[in-house]
Amino acid sequence: MEALYSVTVGILTACSIYLILRGRSFPIVIGITMLSYAVNLFLFSTGRLVLNQLPIIGNQAEYTDPLPQALVLTAIVIGFAMTAYSIILAVRVRGELGTDEVNEPNQNDGEAQR
Amino acid sequence: MLHQHLVILPLLIPMLAALLQLLPWGEEPQRYRRAIGIISCVALIGVAITLLIQSQHGPSVYALGSWQAPYGIVLVVDKLSALMVLLTAILALPVLWYACYGEDNLGSHFQALFQFQLLGILGAFLTGDLFNLFVFFEILLISSYALLMHGGGKQKLRATLHYVLLNLTGSAIFLIALGVIYGITGTLNMADLAVKIANLQADDAHIARVGGLLLLIVFALKAALLPLYFWLPQAYAMTTGTVAALFAIMTKVGIYSIIRVFTLIFGEDSGATALLGYDWLWWLGLGTLAIGGIGVIGSRDLRLVIAYLVVISVGTMLTTFSMNSERSITAVMYYMLHSTFITAALFLIVDVVAKQRGKTASRIVKGRKMAQHAILGMMFFAAAIAIIGMPPFSGFIGKLFILEAARTGAQVALLWPLVLGSTFLVMVSLSRAGSRMFWHTFDGKPGDVASPRGQLIAIGLLLLAIVGLTVFAGSISNFISGIAYDVMHPAVYIEAVLGEGYSHE
Repeated sequence: MEALYSVTVGILTACSIYLILRGRSFPIVIGITMLSYAVNLFLFSTGRLVLNQLPIIGNQAEYTDPLPQALVLTAIVIGFAMTAYSIILAVRVRGELGTDEVNEPNQNDGEAQR
Repeated sequence: MLHQHLVILPLLIPMLAALLQLLPWGEEPQRYRRAIGIISCVALIGVAITLLIQSQHGPSVYALGSWQAPYGIVLVVDKLSALMVLLTAILALPVLWYACYGEDNLGSHFQALFQFQLLGILGAFLTGDLFNLFVFFEILLISSYALLMHGGGKQKLRATLHYVLLNLTGSAIFLIALGVIYGITGTLNMADLAVKIANLQADDAHIARVGGLLLLIVFALKAALLPLYFWLPQAYAMTTGTVAALFAIMTKVGIYSIIRVFTLIFGEDSGATALLGYDWLWWLGLGTLAIGGIGVIGSRDLRLVIAYLVVISVGTMLTTFSMNSERSITAVMYYMLHSTFITAALFLIVDVVAKQRGKTASRIVKGRKMAQHAILGMMFFAAAIAIIGMPPFSGFIGKLFILEAARTGAQVALLWPLVLGSTFLVMVSLSRAGSRMFWHTFDGKPGDVASPRGQLIAIGLLLLAIVGLTVFAGSISNFISGIAYDVMHPAVYIEAVLGEGYSHE
């Protein structure tokens, strides 16, 4: 189980990094979303993977650590809001600037326009 | 009763203010919203001063919902956090006052976003829990995303997009770091972490080091350290003056987090992970100084120059911090107070100048005379003298502290030339900008756009803070060296959070 889990997290992270390094905003947003999935899975696993146990500390010798689950929940909620914002922003950029390239094409001096 | 809950007030005040500001206030809502905002900032200053006085008797810990550390989330006010809270509050008031003269009408909900931004910043200063620090980072980030866009415009869009995407990636790295650290220690309470990480052996210590360095990346992104500073100049130069002035405190959140985490958790006493990342901070800080100097001299827009001044100040502070002595932390703290006020004042001055110059705005070219030429010129030159670090203002004292903090020959050989060299570049650049914009003006009648007196008074208040820092430099540095002592001896902090006998677990 651990091996499968870690490979999944690893592949998700690798794919997301590839997407984040692209030059257009849409793949980057998708990449960041994917990265947040990978991170959430990773956070979940930091309490160790335990099967069929109660998430209560001190009740029994074996338990599922409840804290990472709470952390993941928080991270999901925050990540959701951030993704929503970044998508809206990317759409606005596409609409107003006419391109979704992250860096201005054919321009090497950021001051030229001002 | 109130005394007991004092610690959480800096979070409740801006939150309630923001919620009140979001209510529909009838025909002319802005008047009420401004009043609420100003009242909130004044109240924050009062609370911050009380906290600062209280922190003299040792750190106070506030367990949210009475769940005790390390299981519950705690807010901790020691001298360092109390000073940062006071700094934020004193900065916020003039900036908000300045914004109340029409800047807040450029986009919707500026007032509420301003308060939410304060909530995030103050929360980051007060929390005693790493995950909670992440949450407050997100609060300050999401309001900063919206504030950066305040007023709209194509130029802001791209800078904001860069800022948002970088920070989203940063948040993901923050979570990974937290996961790594939690996985190895089973806690995220900072004081508890300090104890547990010190006891780690061999392999576990290596994993903790990975987590710690990942945290350093995140904080360095917030603070704008060398390879991660690229977002800053464009973002700060493109946004409105008020927002840029408020953001003067944002890089300090990163620096505060580095000081807090890397002295408490990865400080001298933390066994196998002791002094993690200090050598990185030293070299990257020096690099940031150099890059900032080049940026300052190469910019053709005054806003951009000031944005690079922020980069320089970050480099100065983190390099000094990495020398790891009480003396260097005193220097960092004093310089932090100074640079926050002065960069905020400069951003506001440039904002006024740009408005009054009309078409040429803040570009460093010959332009027409401004309506309030004399007073703006005086303010600019006073601020320039302060940020360059020439006597008589606090910049001089700050630089002196920093140069003095370098002890060994190697430190002096590297730090002095870079600090003094960048100072020289700043001086050249600001003299050039000042003489072009204030002295070489076109003949003919001056522009007719005058700024409200209140805005000038707001800038005056920030400059007054600089004068205050200079006049009371002695007592302030005494107070700050108390902070430095506490930061270098985290046992008091840990004991306050975990109670007596924490080490006998």
